[in-house]
Amino acid sequence: MSVQPQMPRTWRTETKPHKFCPGCGHPLVLKALSWAIEELEIEEKVVFGCDIGCSLLAWDFFNLDSVQTHHGRTTPVITGIKRVRPDLVGVAYMGDGGGYAIGSQHLVNSAMRNEKVTVILVNNTQYGMTGGQMAPTTLPNQKTETTPYGRSVEETGLPTKGPEMVASISSEGSYVARGTVSNVRQLKKYIKRALEAQLNGNFSFIEALSLCPTNWRTNAEETWKFLEDQMSKYFTVGEFKTPAQKKEG
Amino acid sequence: MFMAPKPIEGEKRVFMTGNEVVAWAATAAGAEIMYGYPITPQNEIMHYWTRMAPKYGRKFLQTEDEISAGFTTVGGVLAGKRAFTATAGPGNTLMQEPMSMAEMMRLPTVLVVTQRGGPSTATVIYSQQELTMTCFGGNGEGMRIVYSTSGHQDLYDYTIKAFNTAWKYRFPTFVLGDGYQSKMREPVTIYDPEARNISMVPAEAYMGNPGTPGVDRDPVHLRNTYNMEEELLKVINDNMATYESIAPEIVEYQEEEVEDAEVLLISHGIVSRAAQGAMKLLREEGFKVGYFRPITVRPFPAEQLRERAEKAKCLLVIESAYGQLKRIVTDSLYGCTTTIKSYMKPGESVTVEEVVEKVRSLY
Repeated sequence: MSVQPQMPRTWRTETKPHKFCPGCGHPLVLKALSWAIEELEIEEKVVFGCDIGCSLLAWDFFNLDSVQTHHGRTTPVITGIKRVRPDLVGVAYMGDGGGYAIGSQHLVNSAMRNEKVTVILVNNTQYGMTGGQMAPTTLPNQKTETTPYGRSVEETGLPTKGPEMVASISSEGSYVARGTVSNVRQLKKYIKRALEAQLNGNFSFIEALSLCPTNWRTNAEETWKFLEDQMSKYFTVGEFKTPAQKKEG
Repeated sequence: MFMAPKPIEGEKRVFMTGNEVVAWAATAAGAEIMYGYPITPQNEIMHYWTRMAPKYGRKFLQTEDEISAGFTTVGGVLAGKRAFTATAGPGNTLMQEPMSMAEMMRLPTVLVVTQRGGPSTATVIYSQQELTMTCFGGNGEGMRIVYSTSGHQDLYDYTIKAFNTAWKYRFPTFVLGDGYQSKMREPVTIYDPEARNISMVPAEAYMGNPGTPGVDRDPVHLRNTYNMEEELLKVINDNMATYESIAPEIVEYQEEEVEDAEVLLISHGIVSRAAQGAMKLLREEGFKVGYFRPITVRPFPAEQLRERAEKAKCLLVIESAYGQLKRIVTDSLYGCTTTIKSYMKPGESVTVEEVVEKVRSLY
């Protein structure tokens, strides 16, 4: 008899195995979110929204009321819910294209208005679902389908540093952090603090550094090396804004 | 618990702008939140709403753009509230994205459109150029309900009705007005729907109902993306079948002097007032002129129009757009051999005198 690892309560077994590619980071982020929700015992209150792109594969992932929206539009949908149901906990889940490109105005303005929602953005340095194009987070010189000779900083600018930006515009009491799927325990802690900030009436934002072996065209070892040696060097992992202003690496 | 007072007891005769009328109607209809973004000529709907909202326990959110106003409205509806927004022109263009989500997922959003000139930024004043977009916009199939109002009493009546139609049938519903109606003042009777025996269809939450999902009840999983063509085809066919089956209950139109009409004037919205006025003058002069006005421009009263059109010698489609109504009319009357003429003034008003002159020229 095989022993199955213990899964969080909101992990919906009926829809597993999930539809993400082998080696994808999304399921690790989603599991961290599940554990955070379970520790806070708020399953009954959470409404989960997912974007277009790979994140939409999470539409039936959880034992949570969930809605799949349009590309970049999950933040306003969850905001719209939360404005009339302040008793709920709203989670908007998206990729880097959804949050930093097509939906950047929603991210910026929901942070500025201190909407009582939690935005979780998965950074895998490119558009996964559409086949690996350059995203705002693509690293300098990184090859993608639309930067086949490597991303030129002169032509396309520098990669977006989302948490740094959001931390600089969000209100006191809000929570902003960047975690990584290479440290799920820490990521879960960040997400939990983000949900707590929402429960305390503030905006929160988490970016999670993630993996995409399919579009990076990397084997397991190279995938891990790209995350640890390149992404984590450019995108600093840690807390950028905490209600108590305490920093942690 | 704090019980907000009723905005209107019984009924009241007032003299106000169309935008003010819409705000009163939405309040009287029990709309719980407006999500909005500034654009002329819609702005005063928000202005009056934001003044009244706190008095009656209602909410308002000013968003970062119309895309967000539409998607937050979708969110409000998912949460089970009577939610609405209002826009015009380029804002209506942006609003088509969230409205296509509402169409796919059959969400009862209510959108008030105050048409302005187009294409592009054009004028902030008036047109009937958003007919096609409001009926058929987005990457969809036009599974929408669109009431075209001709004045302030319509604006009041059909704004209230829009909430009921939306929540009863669960298709996105639109009140199609225009900048003239928005900005001019007219006498109008505003009323508490209850005083007219209009009961409001209750709103229900799609998400966030009591109980722990997966324990006390199944989780709600809503989507608008499908993996395979066959899956999508089934959803669209089912929704379209529902839409077509309810369409006869929803269709509304107005007609006068159609029985013996040689020339049938066809118009919608505020232009129909010029058409109606012209019809009366021409009848006095002995011309056999009839008047037909679709109130629901989507679904369109195609059968009713065909019956009248087949008896006439000539149809005259009059509109402040370049053939947007005419296309719907032509499509509805395919096979009917009655001549169709048109009088088209995109973005400009049509007067009684002009219609009279045009009709005389047909004889």
